[in-house]
Amino acid sequence: MLRSLDGSTDRPSQAVDPSRAQQSDPLFTRADSGLEGFVDLDHAATTRLRPEIAEAMEPFGSLRYGNPSGSHSLARDAVRAVDEAREQIAEIVGCRPSEVIFTSGGTEADNHAVTGGLPARSSTPVCSAVEHHAVLDVVHALGGHTVGVNSDGQIDHADLAAVLNRAAESGAAVGVVSVMLANNEVGSINNLSEVAACIAEASHSQVAGESHIPLHTDAVQAAAWLDLRTAATAADMISISAHKLGGPKGIGALVVRESTPIRPMILGGGQERDRRSGTANVPGIVGFAAALRAVDAERAETNQRVSQLREQLIVGLLESVTGLSETVDRSAQIPGSCHVCIEGVDSESLLLLLEAEGVLASAGSSCASGAQEASHVLTALGIPDDSARGALRLWLGWDSTQSDVDRALLAVPAAVQRVREFGI
Amino acid sequence: MRVLAALSGGVDSSVAAALLHEDGHEVVAVTMKLWGGESDTGCCSVSEVEDARRAAAQLNLDHHVFNFGEEFEKHVVAPYVSDHAAGRTPNPCVECNRHLKFDVLLRRAELLGYEAVATGHHARIVTLLDGSRRIARGADTAKDQSYVLYTLTAKELDSVMFPIGEMTKEQVRSHAEALHLRTAAKPDSQDVCFITRASGRAAFLEQRIELHPGRIQDQDGATLGTVSAVEVVTLGQRRGLHLAGGAAARYVVDVDLPTATVTVGGPEGLLCDELELENLVWAADAVEGVMNLQCSAHGASLPATVTLESIGKGPAMVRVQWHEPHRRIATGQSVVMYADLETSTGLEEVVVGGGLVR
Repeated sequence: MLRSLDGSTDRPSQAVDPSRAQQSDPLFTRADSGLEGFVDLDHAATTRLRPEIAEAMEPFGSLRYGNPSGSHSLARDAVRAVDEAREQIAEIVGCRPSEVIFTSGGTEADNHAVTGGLPARSSTPVCSAVEHHAVLDVVHALGGHTVGVNSDGQIDHADLAAVLNRAAESGAAVGVVSVMLANNEVGSINNLSEVAACIAEASHSQVAGESHIPLHTDAVQAAAWLDLRTAATAADMISISAHKLGGPKGIGALVVRESTPIRPMILGGGQERDRRSGTANVPGIVGFAAALRAVDAERAETNQRVSQLREQLIVGLLESVTGLSETVDRSAQIPGSCHVCIEGVDSESLLLLLEAEGVLASAGSSCASGAQEASHVLTALGIPDDSARGALRLWLGWDSTQSDVDRALLAVPAAVQRVREFGI
Repeated sequence: MRVLAALSGGVDSSVAAALLHEDGHEVVAVTMKLWGGESDTGCCSVSEVEDARRAAAQLNLDHHVFNFGEEFEKHVVAPYVSDHAAGRTPNPCVECNRHLKFDVLLRRAELLGYEAVATGHHARIVTLLDGSRRIARGADTAKDQSYVLYTLTAKELDSVMFPIGEMTKEQVRSHAEALHLRTAAKPDSQDVCFITRASGRAAFLEQRIELHPGRIQDQDGATLGTVSAVEVVTLGQRRGLHLAGGAAARYVVDVDLPTATVTVGGPEGLLCDELELENLVWAADAVEGVMNLQCSAHGASLPATVTLESIGKGPAMVRVQWHEPHRRIATGQSVVMYADLETSTGLEEVVVGGGLVR
């Protein structure tokens, strides 16, 4: 971590919520790595494992280590844990347990949904232009089409209809439409019922007989904030990832409604009802379910609290930083997201200065080498390159506090001023 | 001191960072991501960044990646292409040092509160009797990189460090081995980082500009053959012309882009007595007189008399009068001026300035 510019290594100590840190547990001790006292405003990247979830997972790595594909008591114990987790997740997502396919995470779920499994769908996939690369790159690889978005980052219904009509005219069957529930950079929420209606109308008007085009939604960012029972009802397939909602990394799910055909993408032992082979990640699955339960139980309270913090953050920034604008109207966003573009500032410099003050943020998605790259989301939103260069994503989470916002409101204006002074 | 160490993923810069760390400086490592396209050296690729990151971790240094792709495109790649289109022969390494490492990176370092930027160049920084600093040749004369660093002024040298300048390449490698750095046995990088050896300069330029086939003639105008792209033919070039064998070695003595004509002749046709330099950079004040001039990264430096002139009413230009006839240098190439000056540690050959051949 960079040292503070004034040379001090002491940072204001954060008000510690007793529920968020278990000082005795090595999992929660960051002192050795030098990672302490920072403000995490990058909850879109990942979130901290909720303390109670580490506890829930622990037995399945030690005493209860069975492989649920077996038949003896150790295996049956694991089966029961996975079954229970699946039921809990299904209840919160609003689907049947049999419709939940556990995956290694959001990317695998997205790949599976868009390809339809092996062999790849013979038809063309369609997605919005602001999808995560886990969807977008698959659509591109399969020769699919992208649909534009409005200034709030939501899929453009007229463009969607036009793309579907063009595909039909050219004789290309559209195999899936993928529209994210909430965008991972700017937080825009799509109304999936309206999207589904638009798809139904387009496919109805052109095809003889009823031909249902499945709607997939990447709900990886949304699941921490929106009730999928209502927000994702219209989706035929839903991708979720545990680590975005206080769960562990390496576990997620693709929900596939029973009426939607899917082939396996990973072949092998036939787990997950032959739809996804590989030994179940039992501790991960248990942690995933526990995290989703916690999110669901606290959703109303969390959303209200975080919305208020976000309001303070964005209003504070708009008041204190000239040339700063909200990328997407906050009324169209999930509660935790705050994305701004700042004129005359280079994001990379800004982020380094913020880090030196203990504020961790991002400009958008990072590439594999760790460098900041131009965002396809901002391009699709029609944000000019000059403004996109000053993109700043400050994403709050379930464990964000008033003091996080206060520190950001001190650090950002100072950092912007310094970057502008140095002109780099 | 708080030092930002530029790590390319190679052995020289890893050891440079290690030496600073050993000397008790507060060091943070950074890798500049400059080029996203194909590359032989892998410079800026994920694997080079990974090597840099792991070397930094071995030294217990924090490591950042700065994306200067736009600046690299603007200051190095685009001019490289337009220079070729205009018949000049640019040196992109000089431009990268001028605009990226010792401008953008230096300013970024200052922004972040660092006192100096360190690189793994084989060059030394010496102090003149008046206290101002100059670049001297690296201790390993075969690896000396002072030529590509001539655009650094004395002012910039106040916040630049070349920690391995006093070492030979062998010493650098053995130091890396002693520290078990994973970069210890990596081969030296070669040539232009954004051009692959397999496809070459023409294939790279072809993606960005139209290349024109040309006619090869002798000095009497008789046609000897053709070239597929006159833009990549350089003054003094001998290879790659596919001329009929048997005759004495022939060199390119002239390239005329408007008529797409390449003229070849014997080595005597390449010699000249004078040279003009523009886009001058001086370490401090402009100087005239007898000095040694070097015309390529690892070429010999030869004596000449340098006088300052102006281009019309415009900026200053340098006229170089070689003491012995010298081979002609392609326009756009850098020529670096060295002089023996008294330093705090005795007489040293230092860079006093340089410029581009007009």
